[in-house]
Amino acid sequence: MNTATAPRAAPTRDPAWLTRVFWIGAALVLLWPLGVATEFRPWVLFEPRNLRVSAQFLGSFLPPTLDGDFLALVARETWRTVAIATAGMALALLIAAPLTLAATRVLSLSALSGRMARGPWVGRQAVRWLLIVLRSVPELVWALVFVRVVGLGPTAGVLAIALTYGGMLGKVYGEILESGEAHATQTLLRNGASRLQAFCYGLLPTNAAELTSYTVYRWECAIRSSVVLGFVGAGGLGQQLDNSMKMFNGGEVATMLLVFMLLVGLADRVSAGLRKALG
Amino acid sequence: MKHPRRASRDPLKGAAPGARQSRLPGAPGSSALLGWHSKALWFLLALAALVVASFWSLDLQWREFLSLDAARSMGRFLGEFFPPDTSPEFLRRVVQGTWETLAMSALGTGLAAVAGLALALPASRRGDGGASWARGPTRLLLNALRSIPELVWAALLLISAGLGPFAGTLALAFHTAGVLGRLFAEAIENAPPGPAAALRVQGVGGARVFFYATLPQVLPQLLSYTLYRWENNIRAAAVLGVVGAGGLGQMLAFHMGLFHMGKTATILGAMLLMVALVDAASHGARRWMTR
Repeated sequence: MNTATAPRAAPTRDPAWLTRVFWIGAALVLLWPLGVATEFRPWVLFEPRNLRVSAQFLGSFLPPTLDGDFLALVARETWRTVAIATAGMALALLIAAPLTLAATRVLSLSALSGRMARGPWVGRQAVRWLLIVLRSVPELVWALVFVRVVGLGPTAGVLAIALTYGGMLGKVYGEILESGEAHATQTLLRNGASRLQAFCYGLLPTNAAELTSYTVYRWECAIRSSVVLGFVGAGGLGQQLDNSMKMFNGGEVATMLLVFMLLVGLADRVSAGLRKALG
Repeated sequence: MKHPRRASRDPLKGAAPGARQSRLPGAPGSSALLGWHSKALWFLLALAALVVASFWSLDLQWREFLSLDAARSMGRFLGEFFPPDTSPEFLRRVVQGTWETLAMSALGTGLAAVAGLALALPASRRGDGGASWARGPTRLLLNALRSIPELVWAALLLISAGLGPFAGTLALAFHTAGVLGRLFAEAIENAPPGPAAALRVQGVGGARVFFYATLPQVLPQLLSYTLYRWENNIRAAAVLGVVGAGGLGQMLAFHMGLFHMGKTATILGAMLLMVALVDAASHGARRWMTR
């Protein structure tokens, strides 16, 4: 064995050890105020009284409630959850489609020859701001407001999903339309096609797959959020879940959580399958 | 709608882009649709049936909502928002609530990143051929954590953690751990196996292989996933309090329940401002990093 070619001995300890320890310590110091602000006291979970209540509640999960009446109720509420999401998405599309058409820069006639004129620019910007406002109010807050106005029930949920998702769809549709190839559309516009014609024959065919795929994905999200909306009284599976939780009925909670997981999984599969089919 | 004629050309490959546009409202693609395999038509019919059935089964109260009465009560409701409560002491509480919300989201995401990494290891398929029995159960656990939304976790955790931001933090951590765990597992599986194999053939143990070969390679990706989830969690944390789990949401639900509309307006304003600032910051950071 030649010593010149022998491999250099590996360091027995990590050369960057001190630096790592320092940064971990610094992170812990930074985390301290966060822990104070969030009243982070994990030992609360293990106090005997809390432990007993939690154990009782978790224990009552088994066996899940499976009698016929309750299952029928769960099935009905599950359908309502899907229906709220679907109806909300349909209305959201009705909100988003015209706003997208109004906001898309590619469909501007004045922008064909250089800069967009002042009036249309202001108009488009205003629609954009409207979309941002619609989107940035969480759907749960919309639902709280609508529950006050129209009372408890699915109407509040449908409206909340319609407004928030209308804003989201409008914004993302605009981004999709503007990021795509605009050549065909602009040629149509230059040759005297109306803006609606240019949209239907130029912009839409090039982007339809992407638009549909995003819409399907959002439908999946809407199903998840329509469960959550039930917690503020907007009907569906969430409301039943909230009721059972308040009555500490673990068996019913367990059944509904299982149904909910199945529902989300199913929506996930359907959405993924559809999006794959769209390519 | 009548049944479409059977398409003469290749049903799937021959689908012109025009066939797809007919799924969206206002598209003039009916001729392309009839020329396509009936799949598209069935899809459209099923979709229409689903939408109609949804509206029909929900007995929505449009009459109440669109009536003059409802418009008046909506107007009155919105009018009560003004003027927002801007007294210094209330503003101080709102600022405190905002800080609480941010702290909940940050700590929840941090805990989730640690837990997600811990769960991602047994859930990922690595080249060392060890511990494959744990993969299935861990994946199942990650899916369960992920498919229950934060708000449901919060409502469940209230029972053991009590009212307040601690329950909210844990709820965010549980849901996010599921999301991040799955993403982390994928990142670890997709890491180039070379460096890890090089250490392993030298007889280095599993933990050290992970810390000195795999982790450094995937760390940037893990960090970017975590930051992205943090951004989402700030938004989620703002509304978690509605079930009593702390932060701005709890103040919102409390004051709205007591019809303190001026205070509600201030809290809503703070929420929107916070979300807008976070959006702007993340947009700016992304632009700065990809420049």
